[in-house]
Order: sequence, then C-alpha cells, then structure tokens
Amino acid sequence: MADNGDNDSQHRVNEGDYVVLKRGDIYKSVQIQKKKKTVFEKQWFFLDNAVGEFYGTTFEVVTGGTLQPRKPKHVESSADAKEAGTDNRNILDDGKSQKLTRDDIETLKEQGLKGQEIVQQLIENSTTFRDKTEFAQEKYIKKKKKKYENSVTVLKPSCRVLAMMYHSREPGKICHMRYDTLAQMLTLGNIHAGSKVLVFETCAGLVLGAVMERMGGYGSVVQMYPGGGSVRAGVESFGFPSHFHDTLHEFPICHVNALLAGALDTEAKDIDADAGQANGDKSNLTQTDPGKAESKEGSPDKEDQSMETSTSTDPAEDKEREEREKLREIRGQEKKVKMEAKRKKLAAAAAVLEGRNADGLVIASRFHPCPVLLGLIKFLAPSRPFVVYSQYKEPLIECYTKLREQGGAVSLRLTESWIRHYQVLPNRTHPMLLMSGSGGYLLSGTTVATDTPKTGSTRGEEPAAKRLKLTETTEG
Amino acid sequence: MSFVEYSEFIQEGDVAIIFLGHDSMMPVKVQQGSQTQTRYGVIRHSKDLIGQRFGTKVTCGKGGWVYVLHPTPELWTLNLPHRTQILYTTDIANITMMLELKPASVVCESGTGSGSLSHAILRTIAPTGHLHTVEFHQQRAEKAEEEFREHRVGHLVTVRNQDVCKEGFGVTGVADAVFLDIPSPWEAVQHAKNAMKRQGGRLCSFSPCIEQVQKTCAALADEGFEEISTLEVLLKVHDVRTITLPLPDFGPDRPLETPTDTPVPSNTSVLCKTTTPPREMAGHTGYLTFATKPRV
Repeated sequence: MADNGDNDSQHRVNEGDYVVLKRGDIYKSVQIQKKKKTVFEKQWFFLDNAVGEFYGTTFEVVTGGTLQPRKPKHVESSADAKEAGTDNRNILDDGKSQKLTRDDIETLKEQGLKGQEIVQQLIENSTTFRDKTEFAQEKYIKKKKKKYENSVTVLKPSCRVLAMMYHSREPGKICHMRYDTLAQMLTLGNIHAGSKVLVFETCAGLVLGAVMERMGGYGSVVQMYPGGGSVRAGVESFGFPSHFHDTLHEFPICHVNALLAGALDTEAKDIDADAGQANGDKSNLTQTDPGKAESKEGSPDKEDQSMETSTSTDPAEDKEREEREKLREIRGQEKKVKMEAKRKKLAAAAAVLEGRNADGLVIASRFHPCPVLLGLIKFLAPSRPFVVYSQYKEPLIECYTKLREQGGAVSLRLTESWIRHYQVLPNRTHPMLLMSGSGGYLLSGTTVATDTPKTGSTRGEEPAAKRLKLTETTEG
Repeated sequence: MSFVEYSEFIQEGDVAIIFLGHDSMMPVKVQQGSQTQTRYGVIRHSKDLIGQRFGTKVTCGKGGWVYVLHPTPELWTLNLPHRTQILYTTDIANITMMLELKPASVVCESGTGSGSLSHAILRTIAPTGHLHTVEFHQQRAEKAEEEFREHRVGHLVTVRNQDVCKEGFGVTGVADAVFLDIPSPWEAVQHAKNAMKRQGGRLCSFSPCIEQVQKTCAALADEGFEEISTLEVLLKVHDVRTITLPLPDFGPDRPLETPTDTPVPSNTSVLCKTTTPPREMAGHTGYLTFATKPRV
C-alpha cells in the first residue's frame, strides 16, 4: 500500500483543473487555463507553467507574469542579523528610518529583484534595524516579506481550504458561515459515504460541495433548491471527478408540497422542472402569443409557423422561409429532448425523496430556517440527524420552539462555535490579536418516530396518572 | 447496524442508544433474551428491540417510554465507557475537516485511548480507507480492538500495542493524515513524517498544555512541516427559554383624569423567548496544532 511512482500523475496539475492559489493566508479558487491571465493579490500572471507540476508546489512570479517553481532551499536568513538592541527606549518612530523611497523600491521591482532581495535592501537601508531587538527584527522581516514576496502556492482544493477562502474573501456569499461551524455541521450531520443526504443551501454551493466531499461519490445527495435553479459554482471549485455528479440530484422546493401529498405527477409531459421559469424557456416561443404559450413546444411552434406562412410566391423568399422553418424544427426538437431530460431528472430526484427515508438533512441559507426545516424534515427517516445553520440566533429559537411543540425530534441543541488562533514562537506565544466575531449558529437534533397513530391515539392507552408523571420528567 | 452504515431495523448483536430524556442516554448491546433496566421500567430485547425500527418509541415495564436510536460516532462519544479522557465532538469535527479526511483516507492515530476519535475517523474514511491506531497500554489496546469488532468496523482498522515515540505507527509512506494525542508529541514527529505518504499529508497534534504546543511546533518546523497553525475551539450552548419579565407599575396612565368605574386591566408581566447560556461551560479542552507535510 506504500506510495509508488505510478500514482504520481494524479498528483500533478492538469489543464482544466480547479485549483486554489495561496499566498500566506490568502486563498483564491481558479481554473487552470493556458494563456489566460489570472489576477491574484494585485498581481497578474499566467498559470501555464503550473501544468505538469505537483500540487503543493510554490512558484515565484517573475517579470512577464510567468511562474517559476521555487527551489526548496528556503533558508531563513534572519540569522544574518547579528547586531540587535535590547529594547526600544531610544528608537524614534518618525517615519524617517527607511532611506529607500517608494520610487527606489519600484525601481528595484522593475529591475526584477526577487522578494527576498528587496527585503535585504530594505534592511540595509534602515537606520534603526540594528537597534531593534531580535524579536523586533524577526517581526520586521516577516512583515516586509509578506509585503514584497512574490510566491504563489498551487493547492488541490479541499473543503478546509475552500471554506477558509470563502469566509475571508466572500463571507456574504456563504451567509457568514465560518469554517469551524461548517466542520460542526458535517460531523453533527453524520455525513458519510453511502448515505442519502438532503441539502438546502444558499452558500454558493460550498456546503453542497463539502457534503459531497465527505460522501466520496457513494450514496446520494439531493440538493433542494429555491426558485431560479440551483447554484453550484462552489461545487465546481472542489474539482470532483465526474462520477461524483452521478450521485447528485436536484429538486425544486416548489414541488415539495405536491410530492408530500402524493400529487406530483412526474410522468406528465408538461411538468416544469425549472421552478424559476414558469412558462418554460421562452427562447423558442418568441413569435407566438405569450398568452397561448404552453409547455408543449413541438406542436404549437409548428402550427404557428404554418399560420405565419404568407402567401408570397417569391421563390428566394420561399427557400429562406423553408430553411428558417427547418431550423425552428430542429431547435424545437432539441428543446423537447432537453425538457425530457429535465423531466427525467426531476422524476429521479422525486423517486429518491418519495420513500421519506433520507439519512440526513443540512440546511444553510438566507431563507427563514423554520419553514424550510419543518417542510424538509418530513423526508427524513426516524433516528437520523439534521443540522440547521443560521447567521442569526432568533430564527433558530423559533425552529427549536416549533419542533418541541410538534414533536418528532430529540436532542435539540442550539450552539455556537468559538475559535481562536495562536501565535506560537519561543517566548512570544499568545493568542492572535484579532479574532472572528461570530461564525453563525447551529440547531441540531435527531429525528424520532412520530406518534402518527393508524387507529386512535396511542396516548390514550396509557393510564392517566403515569402520563402526568412522565410529562414532568421526560423532556424529550 | 454498523457505525459506518445506517440500517433500518434493530438486530441481534447491534449496539443501540437508549434515549431516556434530556441529556440522558445509555448504550445497550442488543441480545436475544436480555433485559435492560431503566428508570421507566425494563426493556426486553427480544420483544421490544429486535425487529423494531431505529427511532421508535419503546414502552418500558413501568409504563414509561424511551426512544431507541441508531448509533453514530457522536452518540458514542457521549455514551462510551471512559478509559481515558476523551475528545468531544467539537474538537473532533474540526480535526476531521482540517485533516481533510474523507472516504479512502488512510490515517495514523496515537493514542487510541477510549476510541472516541477513532470511531469518528472510521465513519469518515469508510468504506475504502484505513485507520492505523497505536496504543501503548495493553488492556486499552485490547478493549479498543474488541469494540471495533462489535461495532462492525474491524475491517477498517488495525490496532497496534506499541509506543509510537519509539516504534512509530507500524507503517510507512501510507498515511494521508496523522493525529497525535500523546504526552510528548514532539518525540513522535519524525515517526509521523515517515508514516505519511511521499506526496505529503496533514498532521494534527492535540495538547492540553501550551508548553507541549511550543515544543511540538518547534519540532514540526525542524522537520520541514509547513502551514503550522495552532488554534482552539469551544462550543457555546444556548438554552432556549421562555422567561417572564414583570412590568413596573408607575401608577395610572392619566393621573389628572377622573377615574372611571371600569378598572383598566394591566399586564403585569411579559413573556420573552430567548436563550440563556449555561452557568458554566467547557473553557478548555486542548490546543489543536495543524501542519502540512510537503512533498518529499
């Protein structure tokens, strides 16, 4: 089972791969496309040279915008600073210590000096550097390196990296969900290979992708989505192998009630799989009266075309019209095929949901969680976990209250995760100076069989006296 | 039933979690003819459990009832017999994500302890991954092995009774991730490095004391690990409560008017739905240090 050279190809960057660029704590998800300019941290460069290299390689951005793999010598040359002071009592912060001007530094950059070399120049031209303490010197070098370094690391995408990226770059897109909260969700939801998980999220696909990563391509995931189609940009960034998508279904929530009532006819040709396009794709029906627009595209189109046929006898015009008609017919057929494929997908998703035996439910959206939870929890089998994320606490209080009232869930917990990072250096170990204010809230619980009696109430079978005692002690 | 796969019905030999009420649960080993005593009365396995669906309500001897739940690593963590101090779900969740564990991952862990994290790892790496877990205490190692078998996850794990600091994990070049929860993790860093795959991997060390963290970070840097990062996580629980707030009485609203005969009804208190924190909470479990081993 030891690692051998044959597997190396899967660890190399390929064109078309989704990767994550990293510099320090900054991450960015991009797709490798040759000859395409990528911008990252105010720098423009081409990713061409990354193709064929191993994931995890660090590159230098050289003038011209090309990447060069960095030699792994990585010498921490701070040991060169032999001279150091003891404290800062005589150091004046007058902004005049650095002799190099902004223009000087720009010139150095244009000359092609590497980040390391620029930092060296700054040290040599600083009047106060040798008076600083060793710690202060290290801190100074670290700070300058961060500012002038030119390196980019190419990483393989993972939930960890993408969750941190989204949280620091575009928290609004993921409802301000912090990565440790996402970690809780995946574990509390017992997301694992082989299960059937329902996901309702408006987090750009990050949560969906995270769930899929933990499923490893086994089992099935049903993405429930609100009107307008499912958003899956985040899922692309994970770079899953194509067979993972075979396990991913989607189902528009506008059909949930029908499905629960057993009234969803997925065989009907006019079933609308795209909730956001109530009248079907209008592109082919531009010439028809929208008032008569039906989802049976094939026939109305043709009929309308023939109705529009004028009685002109110009042969050239006739030929043109013929060709136009042919095109419309082809497009009409394509449209039909597409709609049929969509209908099939919808039917497949409905089949997965119908059994009401899903193994897990994950909700993370900008929608009010209460109706979402109460609606979707019906699809879960008994003794299965559910997790609801909300940026705010109050909506979850409502969920908690309603669930307690209606029953069917135990171990309800409203929690908030708190995280703190540390700087660990000899004699300089302390928590970081800034920390995240909040990462959102979670409501978690486990479903249980509901007392839906087939004949009469099971409650009535128990002696009244015992029932009273139980309601005191059993807080479900 | 298994800890890595759900099943619908309770069978002989299963482990089930009996849910008695708020924060009160207990594990049972389901066996024909067995009985389990609860405060609500006796549960007869053959009649009440075997063949029933997980999640159903079971009526006990005295007339009270309980729920029978399918085991999960999270429920196991809350109910397992402690042979050592264990890791709880909050830390486990972050470890799982930060180590990038997923199906097919190969993981090395030491010490096994009571198996709390082990079960969570097994759940995540199934069905194609493997866990190599090392425990230097012989009885604990044996008990862990026994439990993994009972929980039907034995095929995914290898338990080794040895000292990881001296002998390593027993495998080399196979691990995607290494986890250390031992008194002197800096002594195991080199072994961890050897156990990991050539293309690299992730490492996590859990230590209660900051001095241990400092030594470990220094050792990791010396061995060429990158992205070294230390953090701690805590869970704040919010208890949902309806509270009653009495309203003050400042006297009648319109004192200068002649009082009418009909008395004006006043609300003396307001109900408020809110959350309160528990009186005390877990303040510290341990520091989590993560690092990446680069490709060799």
